[in-house]
Formats: sequence, structure tokens, C-alpha cells
Amino acid sequence: MYGPLWRALPGPWQVKALLCLALFAGVVAACFLWLFPAIATYMPFNGNAVQTGLQLPAPATFDTAAT
Amino acid sequence: MRRSSHDSPAVKLLRWGVGTLGELLITIGVLLLLFVTWQLWWTDVAANREQADAIHALERGFAQAGPPERAIADADAPARPKEVAALTKVPFGEAFAIVRIPRFGAGYARPVLEGTDHDTLTRGVAHYPGTALPGRTGNFAMAGHRTTYGRPFSAIDLLRKGDVIVVETKASYLVYAVDRHVIVTPDHVEVIAPVPQRPGARPSRAWLTMTACHPKFSASQRYVVFARLVKNIPRSSGLPASVMAVPAGAVG
Repeated sequence: MYGPLWRALPGPWQVKALLCLALFAGVVAACFLWLFPAIATYMPFNGNAVQTGLQLPAPATFDTAAT
Repeated sequence: MRRSSHDSPAVKLLRWGVGTLGELLITIGVLLLLFVTWQLWWTDVAANREQADAIHALERGFAQAGPPERAIADADAPARPKEVAALTKVPFGEAFAIVRIPRFGAGYARPVLEGTDHDTLTRGVAHYPGTALPGRTGNFAMAGHRTTYGRPFSAIDLLRKGDVIVVETKASYLVYAVDRHVIVTPDHVEVIAPVPQRPGARPSRAWLTMTACHPKFSASQRYVVFARLVKNIPRSSGLPASVMAVPAGAVG
């Protein structure tokens, strides 16, 4: 999985290692900025399964009250 | 791992398969750790910064000279013609007030935004649409995170009877005093009724309700605090320092 990636990177091993670090930083940034905020909505501990806040004043539940 | 050119194709395939599976599992593990880091640490960092910016913007807006164009009129005070135009509706997602709670620390200030969806709750304290506006007769109900996203209500369980909750609007400082708390399951919507826990009853005074999750890091119950309006101080009079005195044993 990572073997082909390592071989595809150019230069000596020091350059390869630096490029790997940069790639990892990019993946972390993408996760923090887009992936995690998107999936956090579906996490049960965030208690936001139903957006009843919009339906007040006669809601069935108020699940939106946050954790 | 020693590789040999004498290995049969089957062994090579097996080695490749096991290696890939291992890398995949390590990758998943790292991603899960990253998610936990993001949820428990980064959401606080990002939300605290964003909410502090929102407080500054609100304070600037409140301090602007001239007749406030969108401020909340005092419900019980006699009409003050030039004071404020009554606010009847706040646009969804907009910050319109600052909540200050001395028990949570002298510098504690969080923006109050309209709407209780996931996104709004990450940006501050969320006002339940349809419930009363600050200072009005009825129930000004708000929800806040107890963990993650800046955790504005993390210390909600430390509030004691008589503790002060100040809701600052463009027109006035609404001073509420904590009355009591309950712990309920999330379907107990009567806690945000105009008269808390008495659905259908006609309100005769101004209440405030705070809801947060309970226990921490769970969404199975709600920790709910009720407070009553005790003072309505026009902004022009200023907020007395005594109101904001930090009670003994406060968190910060």
C-alpha cells in the first residue's frame, strides 16, 4: 500500500521522507477542515440527530440540545 | 521480513495481502485517533477563537452610537420612545446577545445565536426559536455544548440557587438569578415551555432555561437550569460591578 507510494516519490530517501510528511500534513488538514466536521453531525454523542429546534414551539423532542 | 526469490507465487501473494491489511489497519487506527483529537481538542480551539470574535463584534455593535436599529425592548419597562425598536424576530443563525455568568469566571462571555441546529451550536449558545426573547415574559431558552466546540456550558452543574446570569442585548442587561435545576431525558420538552415544566400555563414572568447534555460526553440526558429575571438594567445605566461579582468557589 505505502510501498508503491514510497517508490513513486522522487529523490533520495531524505526527500522522500519530507514529501511523506507533507502528504500526511495535507491529509490531516483535509480531515480537520472537511471530513471530520461533516461526519461529526452523525456522531451520537453530539446529540443533534433531529433538528427539532426549527420546529418549535411544538417540538416532539429537543435532541438538538447539545452535549 | 526477508524476501526470497525462491518464494512461490502463493507465498508472495499472501505476504502482499497480509502487509496491505496491516497497513490498512494502521491507517484506520491513525484516522480514528485523529478524529478523537479533532473532536476533543481542535473543536475547542476553533470554537473559542470564533466565539471570542463574535463577542467582540457584538460588543462593537452594541456600543455604536445612535438609536439601536435592532435591539430588544424591555418588556416590563415603561415605553422609552427613543430607546429601542422592539425585536420580534432574530434571523436564523444570527448572534444577538451576550451571556455572562460570573460563576463560570469573571471574563466568561459567550454569544447567543438564533437556532439550535448542529452548526449554530458550534458557534456559541443557541436560542431555541419560538421561545421568548431575553427579558420578555415567557421562557428565554438556550442550549449549549457541555463538552467540545468551546463547551460554553461545561460548568452548568456548578450553578447554585441565586447565581447570576446576565444576558446582554443592545437595549439592556437582563439579570437572571438561578432558581433550580433538573436532569431529564431529551424528550422532556416542557422544560422550555413558557412556564418551565408547566406546558400550557400562561406565563406571568420572565424565565430563562439553559440546557446541556448530561452526563458529560453523552447525549442520553439533559442537565437543565431554570432562572428568573430579577433586574432589567438599561444599557445607558451600565452594569453595576456588584452584579458581576464572582461567587466563592467559581471555576475561573
